Amino acid sequence: MQVLESEEFETPVASRVNYLNATYGLKSWLLTKDHKRIALLYLGSVSFFFFLGSIYAMMIRLELLTPRGDLVQSQTYNKLFTHHGILMVFFFLIPSIPTVLGNFLVPLMIGAKDLAFPRLNLLSWYIYMVGGILTFWALLNGGVDTGWTFYVPFSTTFSNTYVVAAGLGIFINGFSSILTGLNFIVTIHTMRAPGMTWFRLPLFIWAHYATSLIMILGTPVIAITVLLVALERLARIGIFDPALGGDPILFQHLFWFYSHPAVYIMVLPGMGVVSELIANFSRKNIFGYSFVAFSSIAIAVFGFLVWGHHMFVSGQSMYAGMIFSFLSFAVAIPSAVKVFNWTATLYQGSISYDTPMLYGLGFIGLFVIGGMTGLFLAAIGLDIHVHDTYFVVAHFHYIMVGGTVLAYLGGLHMWWPKISGRMYPEGWARFAALVIFVGFNLTFFPQFLLGYMGMPRRYHAYPADLPVWQVLHVMSSAGASILGMGLTLPLIYLVWSMRYGRKAPANPWALPGLEWRTPSPPPTENFAVTPVVTWEAYEFAPPEELKVIGKFEPGDEADHPAVTKG
Amino acid sequence: MQNWIPFIPDAASTVAGQVDGLYFYLTGVTIFFTLLVYALLILFIIRYRRRNPREIPRPIAGSIKLESMWTVIPFLIAMSIFVWGARLSFTQYRMPAEALDIYVVGKQWMWKFQHTTGQREINELHIPVGRKVKLTMTTEDTIHSFFVPAFRTKADVVPGRYQYLWFEATKPGRYELFCAEYCGTNHSGMTGYIVVMEPTDYDNWLSGGANQQSPVAAGQQLFQTLGCATCHSDAGQGGRGPALAGLLGKQVQLNNGQTITADDSYIRESITDPQAKIVAGFGPIMPTFKGQVSEEQLLQLVTFIKSLSPAQTEGKAATAPARENNPQTGTASPEAQGTTAPDVQRSNPVGPTAPNAGQGGGAQSTESQRSNPVGPTNNNARPKQRQRRQ
Repeated sequence: MQVLESEEFETPVASRVNYLNATYGLKSWLLTKDHKRIALLYLGSVSFFFFLGSIYAMMIRLELLTPRGDLVQSQTYNKLFTHHGILMVFFFLIPSIPTVLGNFLVPLMIGAKDLAFPRLNLLSWYIYMVGGILTFWALLNGGVDTGWTFYVPFSTTFSNTYVVAAGLGIFINGFSSILTGLNFIVTIHTMRAPGMTWFRLPLFIWAHYATSLIMILGTPVIAITVLLVALERLARIGIFDPALGGDPILFQHLFWFYSHPAVYIMVLPGMGVVSELIANFSRKNIFGYSFVAFSSIAIAVFGFLVWGHHMFVSGQSMYAGMIFSFLSFAVAIPSAVKVFNWTATLYQGSISYDTPMLYGLGFIGLFVIGGMTGLFLAAIGLDIHVHDTYFVVAHFHYIMVGGTVLAYLGGLHMWWPKISGRMYPEGWARFAALVIFVGFNLTFFPQFLLGYMGMPRRYHAYPADLPVWQVLHVMSSAGASILGMGLTLPLIYLVWSMRYGRKAPANPWALPGLEWRTPSPPPTENFAVTPVVTWEAYEFAPPEELKVIGKFEPGDEADHPAVTKG
Repeated sequence: MQNWIPFIPDAASTVAGQVDGLYFYLTGVTIFFTLLVYALLILFIIRYRRRNPREIPRPIAGSIKLESMWTVIPFLIAMSIFVWGARLSFTQYRMPAEALDIYVVGKQWMWKFQHTTGQREINELHIPVGRKVKLTMTTEDTIHSFFVPAFRTKADVVPGRYQYLWFEATKPGRYELFCAEYCGTNHSGMTGYIVVMEPTDYDNWLSGGANQQSPVAAGQQLFQTLGCATCHSDAGQGGRGPALAGLLGKQVQLNNGQTITADDSYIRESITDPQAKIVAGFGPIMPTFKGQVSEEQLLQLVTFIKSLSPAQTEGKAATAPARENNPQTGTASPEAQGTTAPDVQRSNPVGPTAPNAGQGGGAQSTESQRSNPVGPTNNNARPKQRQRRQ
């Protein structure tokens, strides 16, 4: 509804050369150095792994409809949740927003022609694919039954499955993460357009900067850990297994030293997207810009100091537990600051009900619940009870699905006109957002209740003499099918819109960001001339003042129409 | 199974009420903030909905006052939760001085229990109501986790070390026991029950198995058959090896200058990895018993050696000074090295095989593949924390 139809603002797109039609053929895609094309390669592969991970999730939910393990054997079930976790965490959640939206938008938002290292960028996609295909091969040929956490000594000594192959896939995939992070950091430091100061950067960029720091500093640790697991498993060198002279708790320290910050790799870019959604669709500058920006950095730094809260019952020292508990409460504060600032941004705004905004509001709503329930788990005395129960499962799905996936979908809708040059069908998109929100809550809210009642994780069967458990599990499974249908809708209509959608103008939402001042889809070089930034972030102006930069059509003025505020 | 509050499991231990209290407090805080944010969101999106596609709202930069407010207030609330949670955990981590000792060995995929009076159980543990129970737990294979929702307590059971857990049941009944740490194929079958009985019923139940060998007696027998007595002497007075009588809870001077406190884990480690910590004045002559004794036999040996320190069981400091006047002769006793007959002893008096063994065919094979069920103690174990749950 809110899409501006003003003709004077629309750039003709039909005949123009853009990044999609500049060259044709498979080779032009597989050897591309264009960050936008690489983003699309990632979009396809990330969606593929998300689809696979969802199938495993559906089978898990089907099995849990009844207390008895009747659909699958316990061994099959163990592989289902392991595969679901590995695919979703390593091959969807960690890469999703940075590699798709980040790859596409980081250069566009800062006024650069590409990322700093285009070849490394393409290489990181190939590394991702090699890791992904190797892991997927391991999953198909026998699978893995260790859980995505690969806890020792089970993974090194007891499991009879393809642990090393899957681990190798994750190890390889880590390099893709590191290269992407490196690329973003160098790009943001060195390639900002004239006038694009640090505090004029969209918050999406700040969030990606913080994420990149974690990727570079954290990923090597998981790589080393996976290598040590492989070493102990293959060469029987005692590192973790006490029977060989190792220490199983050491593994947990190493694993969570990466995997807790990895949670922030997954959610920080989502927070960046939501800052964009909330500011742009209420046409307000973000309330407390620097607080939101620095809270991202604070989360990235503190996020490295809280890993021990995964180990309150594992046998670490009680005093270590208390320090980790304290720091976990501390890291919750920057997240709370963000939520309050987003909410305050809406005050006296001009709030549209377009689909991206629905996802943004949904994110805040679910993130509040996900974040608050994190406090339950950070309180040691309470965590002892709910640790390794469905309470934890519900909590991290509220953050990962309610947070990251909603932000990803919101971002995909917001920038879809820019990415594809086409508008998505607004009615269907709003309907899908609603279905996803309802389905999500129905799936995961009952799991909080189940968890407090004591339902342990990774159980394919549960006591039949507790009828409430089954009722809650049935609700959860019903919700999962609604959620599944909701997630299928965007897949269908977005693909449909690539061919049949209405052609998108350069700036369908009348936004001030640099990415909207170039045509949709952008040309390969992003901007016809280097833009000069004279406006602050989220400085909204009437649409006729937001001119497209550069000359694309005869008659357009080429003299850097640096927009002055209205 | 339900209380009057929906979705709260049975509360049957002294800490359950306290954990629920913190849970209710947190639920209250969560509901408050969720409603606050939702109310503001709904108010704003209705009140400030876009009326004209061309409108540009007045920009608002922010407010230091508001930012400080919503940084400080959530921080104070978070600290209140932290302090509450930490105090509660202190109760749960601190082992009581006086408690009914029960030995627990986790194994893919069953729980094995032994009472001090000798009764053994699998996947079912009988305990009296109103008495503190202290579990000393370890595992023969991978990590398990002992979880009783009705008691609101849980502890991982880690190979190569002893973990402790205590609880005091407040009402008789049958409560679910789960393995909470994923441990392989039949993880979800590694469940059981805690049967809480009135003290008189419990005494009756105990007398039902009175002819069984107590862990101390079994440990004493092992002490002889394994040849421990050759160096440590029958009653643990010492000889070529250090004295064991009165050892527990005492400070031990090691030959590398370190001083450690002798506890369960230290004794366990000294059996499986004798070279790890050598008492000052003795040579590294003890052979390892790793692989020769099962975790259950280790627990029996530890229990027997603990029984040689009567002061410890009375909760007082040990009085008798350890005998350290035995200079080493430098030769290992051939008897000690040659005696390896634990397999004969390793019968299972309980009789029934694991009830879950039939479900996953992998159960037996994995067990037999594992050549080495006993591991050395973790070297990082910090002596000071051993009496608490680590």
